[in-house]
Amino acid sequence: MIDLGLIGDLYVFVLAGFLGYQVISRVSPLLHTPLMSATNAISGISLVGSLVVAGAGYNEVSTVLGFVAVTASTINVVGGFLITDRILKMFRTGK
Amino acid sequence: MQRNLLQLFYLLSAILFVMGLRGLSHPKTARRGMFRAEFGMLLAIVGTLLHHEIISYKWIAAGLVLGTLIGVPMAIWIPMTAVPQRTALSHSFGALAASLIGISEYYRHGAALGSLRVGVIGVEVMLGSLTFTGSLMAAGKLQGLIRGYPITYKGQNVFNLSILAGMLVLIAALMFIPASTAAFYSLVGLAFFFGVMLILPIGAADMPVVIALLNSYAGLTDAAMGFMLDNKIQIITGSLDGSSGFILSILMCRAMNRSITNVLFGAFGKVEEQAAGSLEAKRPIRQCSIEEAAEILGTARTAVFVPGYGMAVSQAQHRVREVADVLKNKGVTVRYGIHAVAGRMPGHMNVLLAEANVPYDELYDMDQINSQFPETDVVVVVGANDVVNPAAKRVRGSPIYGMPILEVERARVVIVCKRSLAAGFAGIDNELYYGEKTLMLFGDAKETMVKLTSALKE
Repeated sequence: MIDLGLIGDLYVFVLAGFLGYQVISRVSPLLHTPLMSATNAISGISLVGSLVVAGAGYNEVSTVLGFVAVTASTINVVGGFLITDRILKMFRTGK
Repeated sequence: MQRNLLQLFYLLSAILFVMGLRGLSHPKTARRGMFRAEFGMLLAIVGTLLHHEIISYKWIAAGLVLGTLIGVPMAIWIPMTAVPQRTALSHSFGALAASLIGISEYYRHGAALGSLRVGVIGVEVMLGSLTFTGSLMAAGKLQGLIRGYPITYKGQNVFNLSILAGMLVLIAALMFIPASTAAFYSLVGLAFFFGVMLILPIGAADMPVVIALLNSYAGLTDAAMGFMLDNKIQIITGSLDGSSGFILSILMCRAMNRSITNVLFGAFGKVEEQAAGSLEAKRPIRQCSIEEAAEILGTARTAVFVPGYGMAVSQAQHRVREVADVLKNKGVTVRYGIHAVAGRMPGHMNVLLAEANVPYDELYDMDQINSQFPETDVVVVVGANDVVNPAAKRVRGSPIYGMPILEVERARVVIVCKRSLAAGFAGIDNELYYGEKTLMLFGDAKETMVKLTSALKE
């Protein structure tokens, strides 16, 4: 049987990829480093999947794995956004 | 009903993420864009915390607090020169989270998932685990914990490709026999091992490509996690990150005139014996003193600084800007020429110079600056090597042949500030040093710049 959920997900994946290509192609080469730290930060969205696993009380193993995953993802969200802003603040014009 | 509301939160977050990335098209709009992305993240997290399956917040709170305690210092206190390794570490954290959640999913449901879902989990765990160890390796090499030069052995590519094939076979086996925990945990172990093996042969000079590539893997891992959990916001974000990393790796490869396969399997940075042997042992170079250099710079109309990784190593960016300030006071037009692969990650030099208060409108990329060299009086090369090596244009056998370079030779005078005559990371000699327009200024970049500033002020 074809899993319709997965096919729908595939649509989203491919179209988001095209959108990403269009948006990222226009990012200024000046800002390639903050671009990487920004994508690090938003990749911390893995937090949303981890939160449920850490809090749903499925079983002990899952809870511990979920806890580690929440920690790792939080590092990315918090650290990623903070350093991106720290870098972006430094870019100034001379005039 | 509540589930639909959560999905709407996620949709809004996705839109805010895209707007955030779009803001990065110009330094003026970048910060505002990132505030939007932060708001999007907040929405997604708060929405998820109201998820109906969550029964206890104990471990969640612990993870959020611990993650914040680790994340904040990593962002606030690390020096800008260490941003490449921080980025690599961040990829490994994201991949670790994805890998662990994949293991949890399999542990929880096992064979009940059916072959297709187990296949998805297999791919997710494979990507997550290999990106985890691969990124740790990259971070170790960048930090200098692991030696930066490539480690190669006979049959390396065949060996690595066999591990890759082995992992794919295990995923296929899992799809046939979803209950086989042995296959699943062998896959996890093999993927951890593969990540290490994949980065072993990669040299420090190739790090910009590899970091971008790992960025792309981290994105794909996130997307795979979204497929596994049927969570669209993760698929969208992962896909955006994946394409970002992919575009950056392509740009970096183009800047080195190499293909991604060549970076992964070519072991660039390995000292090319035949190339070294073919060069004449000692050729005359022309040295200059600080005073001479100051004299030349002080009387120039236009000067271009070309920074490289050496500037980052000696933390000389502030001192370079001080030289530039004195020159500007004397009426010299100062610009900076930046090669895309100068440094250890995409955009590395721009960030270091911005940190030293160099206005970004003085930073020029290769295409912009190359046309200006013929009208430039002096070029000062600070810690750059391969990106200004004319062998890339002239020597057919050279490992960097065909790489687009900053054509500093077309300027009237080139001052090369360098510690010694040692070869660059590509392990090849630089003809620029023996050129008739070139003056070598030996010494540590930082000290030299300090001396240059005081000599110019006299």
